Amino acid sequence: MSKFLQRHQKAVLSTLLVIVIAYGFYFWDSVRTTSILNFSLSYALPLILAAMVGIIGERSGVVNIGIEGQMLLSAFVAFFAAVATGSLIIGAFLGMASGLLAGAFLGIAAVKWEMDQIIAGVVINIVAAGITSFYYTPGQSLPAIVPRIEIPYLSQIPLIGQVFFNKSIFVYATLILVVVLQVMLFTSKWGLRTRAVGEYPSAADTAGINVYRTRILNVAIAGVLAGTAGAYLSLDAAGWFERGFTAGRGFLALAIMIFGAWNPFGAMAAALFFGFASGMASQLQADEVINIPQQLINMLPYVMTLIILSLAAGKVRPPGAVGQPYKKEG
Amino acid sequence: MQTESDDAKKLHPSLEYLIKKQSFIVPIIAVFVALIIGSVLIYFQGANPIGAYKTILQASLGNERGLIRTLEKTTPLILAGLAVAVALRVGLFNIGAQGQLIMGAFFATWAGFTFTNLPALIHIFVGLLAGIIAGGLWAAIAGILKAYRGVHEVISTIMLNSIAIAILDYLVNYPYKEPDQPLPRTVPILESAQLPKIGFVPVGFILALLVATFISWLINRTTTGFRFNTVGANKFAAAYAGIKIKYVVVSSMLLSGGLAGLGGAIETLGITYRFEPAFNKGLGFDGITIALLARANPIATIPAAFLVGILRSGAPTLQFDYGLEPEIVDLLLALTLLFVAAPILGKLIFRKRAEKSENVSSGWGS
Repeated sequence: MSKFLQRHQKAVLSTLLVIVIAYGFYFWDSVRTTSILNFSLSYALPLILAAMVGIIGERSGVVNIGIEGQMLLSAFVAFFAAVATGSLIIGAFLGMASGLLAGAFLGIAAVKWEMDQIIAGVVINIVAAGITSFYYTPGQSLPAIVPRIEIPYLSQIPLIGQVFFNKSIFVYATLILVVVLQVMLFTSKWGLRTRAVGEYPSAADTAGINVYRTRILNVAIAGVLAGTAGAYLSLDAAGWFERGFTAGRGFLALAIMIFGAWNPFGAMAAALFFGFASGMASQLQADEVINIPQQLINMLPYVMTLIILSLAAGKVRPPGAVGQPYKKEG
Repeated sequence: MQTESDDAKKLHPSLEYLIKKQSFIVPIIAVFVALIIGSVLIYFQGANPIGAYKTILQASLGNERGLIRTLEKTTPLILAGLAVAVALRVGLFNIGAQGQLIMGAFFATWAGFTFTNLPALIHIFVGLLAGIIAGGLWAAIAGILKAYRGVHEVISTIMLNSIAIAILDYLVNYPYKEPDQPLPRTVPILESAQLPKIGFVPVGFILALLVATFISWLINRTTTGFRFNTVGANKFAAAYAGIKIKYVVVSSMLLSGGLAGLGGAIETLGITYRFEPAFNKGLGFDGITIALLARANPIATIPAAFLVGILRSGAPTLQFDYGLEPEIVDLLLALTLLFVAAPILGKLIFRKRAEKSENVSSGWGS
């Protein structure tokens, strides 16, 4: 434990600082603080999931520009499957399955066909946009809303209880996933193999790791997470679907991944920060503290992304073999 | 063998496979395969696919009005395709042609209603120039971020798309809103800024053809083009040969964005005569499909853009005749892109040649 604290001194301290400040504000104005933090979390959630997709892909050496398309496709499938079958659960699962399919396409295209990974991702985005805009039918509504699950006792804690422990299954699953992924990536056999394949595939190959299989499987499984993000967006966060529904979140997620230095915890913190900035701006706008047209506020996450990326350059290091198709010698 | 990280830096994201290794037959077959799959999808929507395709052709080429509309649609598509193609030559993937195009469209409009008392020829020139500069500078942001901060152009241009949409949305809702109008749009441009037609051919279309020829000459016959191609093929060798990579990256993005901006400007000055956010939607993304279909060859963007123009101009008629959503075109183009970009077809047709083709790659590295 003390070792952990020593190694992650900065992270622990800043987390504590954030908690103290949050409670400071909570005692000053509980309603607004809760609403801003709730907004932050629901804004951040799909970004967190999508950033995990990016992390798994890039840690194993595959750039995933197609997260946007994967999310769009699965949001569409989840929504219309739920409408058609009358079951949110079937919708969610079919959404995740479509994410898996899109992920598998990227894996096979990038690894087996050695297709340019950026182009493969762009193809996914454009194909997803094509499918979802052609088959889109307006005026549909979901059979039910995703239920909130109140966790006994924990939900009674002031602030944290309302923000974290009275949410839908998507929120719990995501938070657990981030922790599991962080631990798995740095302590498990799978994590070691994944990082080896992404850093130095020829060495991994020599050590007997199947580079192709590891990469394809990882990218495909990450697709399930993109599918979950899509299903969350259309079934839970919005409750509707329209053309171009994901609005660039898949690309924001890539920036968040870099901002978080390819670490699940880091990416989660970055996503929450994005959510907080947007939530704060909307709240200040609603309170007429600031008077900036909505259009310019909508711009904020994109401008932040550009600034963060240009500052991050040279400070964080991507996995060594990212974007490189692996070719066995001989 | 390109697994070592040193090798990774040598191999600049080149798109050699798409640009050079694919025979021109592949894109043509890709279009046909996409149309065949599309016909199956149309059939499942309860419409007659052959009839639907016939309707598209009839509506887009069968009469003078349709033909003019097709040429008008093709014009910005040629320029958007050129924009993506020029950047591809340098190994840059400009996904932001859309944002650059609307920036160009707005500032051409602005020049069109701001400057008064200009003779028509000069006013048109000023309008087009405003579009080129606006689009070029917008893309140059991505170029500078790439050259000096190593920000990947795919992400920066996508972000710049969203930022451009937001800024223009603001401009047409507040400072440049047409007074006493419910719609957020600018006032119309002055008559002196309007691009005329020669017979039934829009001047803008001729302009686009000339620009495509000029870009082809620039890329294939000049030192600038040689520098572009060298940086695209091998950044390391280019740097060794004394080419200033940063300068090439920024100037190619400037050119790329300028082309997209010109596309927006021509559309404004020749067709729409004002700026409205709903105009020019999706043109930049069609540019990606067109550039890849044309294998980044400037002259080949003309037939590729014409094909997309036919589909875009004829598709709305499907709604009346068959109850088919015009978005079928998005699906057809996506399928085309899939078959052009994925090496499946190439491998099936030219198994041996495709196997010999070197693999290409892109990464986050600068």
